[in-house]
Amino acid sequence: MSATQTKDADERILQASPLRKLLGRPELGSVVGAIAVFLFFAFFADSFLHAASLSTVLYAASTIGIMAVPVALLMIGGEFDLSAGVMVTSSALVSSMFSYQMTANVWVGVAVSLLVTLAIGAFNGYMLTRTKLPSFIITLGTFLMLTGLNLGFTKLIDGTVSTKTIADMEGFPSARDVFASTLTLGGVGFKVTILWWLALVAVASWILLRTRAGNWIFAVGGNKDAARAVGVPVTRTKIGLYMGVALGAWISGQHLLFSYDVVQSGEGVGNELIYIIAAVIGGCLITGGYGSAVGSAVGALIFGMTSKGIVFAEWNPDWFKFFLGAMLLLATLLNAWVRKRAEATK
Amino acid sequence: MARFRTWVGIALAGALSVSLAGCSSTGGKRAEDARKAASAQGKAAVNTPRWTFAMITHSGDGDTFWDIVQSGAEQAAVKDNINFLYSHDDEAQQQAQLVNAAIDKKVDGIIVTLAKPDAMKSALDRARKAGIPVVTVNSGSQESKAFGALTHIGQDETIAGEAVGEELNERGREKAICVLHEQGNVGHEQRCDGVEKTFDGKIERLYVNGTSMPDVQSAIEAKLQTDASLDAVVTLGAPYADTAVKAKQGADSKAEIDTFDLNAKVAAGLEDGSLGFAVDQQPYLQGYEAVDLLWLYRYNADVLGGGRPVLTGPQIITKDDAAALSDYTKRGTR
Repeated sequence: MSATQTKDADERILQASPLRKLLGRPELGSVVGAIAVFLFFAFFADSFLHAASLSTVLYAASTIGIMAVPVALLMIGGEFDLSAGVMVTSSALVSSMFSYQMTANVWVGVAVSLLVTLAIGAFNGYMLTRTKLPSFIITLGTFLMLTGLNLGFTKLIDGTVSTKTIADMEGFPSARDVFASTLTLGGVGFKVTILWWLALVAVASWILLRTRAGNWIFAVGGNKDAARAVGVPVTRTKIGLYMGVALGAWISGQHLLFSYDVVQSGEGVGNELIYIIAAVIGGCLITGGYGSAVGSAVGALIFGMTSKGIVFAEWNPDWFKFFLGAMLLLATLLNAWVRKRAEATK
Repeated sequence: MARFRTWVGIALAGALSVSLAGCSSTGGKRAEDARKAASAQGKAAVNTPRWTFAMITHSGDGDTFWDIVQSGAEQAAVKDNINFLYSHDDEAQQQAQLVNAAIDKKVDGIIVTLAKPDAMKSALDRARKAGIPVVTVNSGSQESKAFGALTHIGQDETIAGEAVGEELNERGREKAICVLHEQGNVGHEQRCDGVEKTFDGKIERLYVNGTSMPDVQSAIEAKLQTDASLDAVVTLGAPYADTAVKAKQGADSKAEIDTFDLNAKVAAGLEDGSLGFAVDQQPYLQGYEAVDLLWLYRYNADVLGGGRPVLTGPQIITKDDAAALSDYTKRGTR
């Protein structure tokens, strides 16, 4: 939104100062929090500032961040997805087992997995818009079904609880390069997921702030009925948002598969909450209509710094969850406070 | 309001007097302190530099088994003048990240479990390149050597299962169920495979949801009710043995309950005859030896096992051994 500056400015349009604009950004509170967490661990953990350590922290953040971006968009659109965690595992399983059973080039499995995962996302969105049930219920059902399917199908097809290795199959090296390679910069290895993550943040920010679809997302999250009344395609937007989460799950799933070439069928449960936490710390409102993609990235970064910082600081990891909970509360309070101040100064 | 306050006062006074008068002459914290005083407290017995060893396991939050492994490792760390760090995550990806974090810290030795070996491969490669010695414990006896670890300390799950099958034969059992409390755990499948291999009778698998005890109990109970010919239940973790005993009572079944692993309750159950036998893999020894072997390697370049896994089990424990072990299980080292 750039107000065109004419010579005699329209007095009815409020001119916001740059500082005020900054205060109005959803991610401001989380950026302050991220700086605080960074300084805290830089001070308390000796090896935290080493390049290798920061690369580990960034990798941890990226594995959460890749999912936190589409989850943030979905939350701005006013919905939840509780199936996001196991969907990552499902995506990896489909890819691996399809390639193995068909003895196909692994890229075929990757493509099939993309279709299947997007279909799961579309199913979530379709069920939601058709049944008018809360997304919490719909995706809880999907979450449980996928958990069962992951275990059941893997056992049925492979006879064990994890998939068979596809590392010796055609196309594996190139797929590994795309999804799970390590780029060396100045003697330190950085995982390619960091690039995927940054790319997703950029694309999502562009969609939110520069396109019509972005306005639709804010509109359906703010007030669905009002949005529908002014001609926003609510159904299409929501289904699209769920497919966005599925796309993130597909990228994460392929990363899991190609970094370890074997997938454990029981994993991923519980991660969906971590993605939601990252989005909320980054300034998304639980009620929808407010938030940003950059914020979710900062939230993921805070999560990565905390989870690995506790290790670098040589603390007992038993306390990790406590810190996480305390930080979630603090970040959300800070966000609320900043938002109030920003609205008061308008 | 005033009346309400009086009632609260009376209630508080009552609670206080009951808690003062109601001291227990058995068990509790006092008994624990007495046990602690009886067992010698360790301090460093060597004058080697203070090395840092990191242990990273695939344990979930609040797992009793891993608590015992950890206390063994800590005891050895005190003795060997080691700064010991422990972290864990049940997600393979997170566990690999924790190993990488330990390598970033430039620790002097790493102890790691290979429950999900493929996920740990690249991290262990990195450790080797960084010149950090690695000892694998508990799971991954097949992969340990290939990944460049010095030694593997643990129990071969299949061999442990076979030992259980043989013990069941000796006890004249004919139809058993193998209770798996964690769907997706390769080690658990191997245990049941081992039992199946040596057991002459019939064996069925029962998958239960290990995170919810009432769920486990009702599932075992239902199974025992539907099939009266079952005469043995094998649980794969110590906490589930007691639950299986309750299920047996509920179903009014004659089946004998046997279990993998040990804890205070299992030792008591063996003593009073509600459990048949337990097969122990001595988790304390796994933690203790891992730290000690890393110390020996750093101090004297010693490696144990001659390129083969060092086995800490299976050890079959019956009623006769239980009495001797009950003190150790209570203090959390067996």
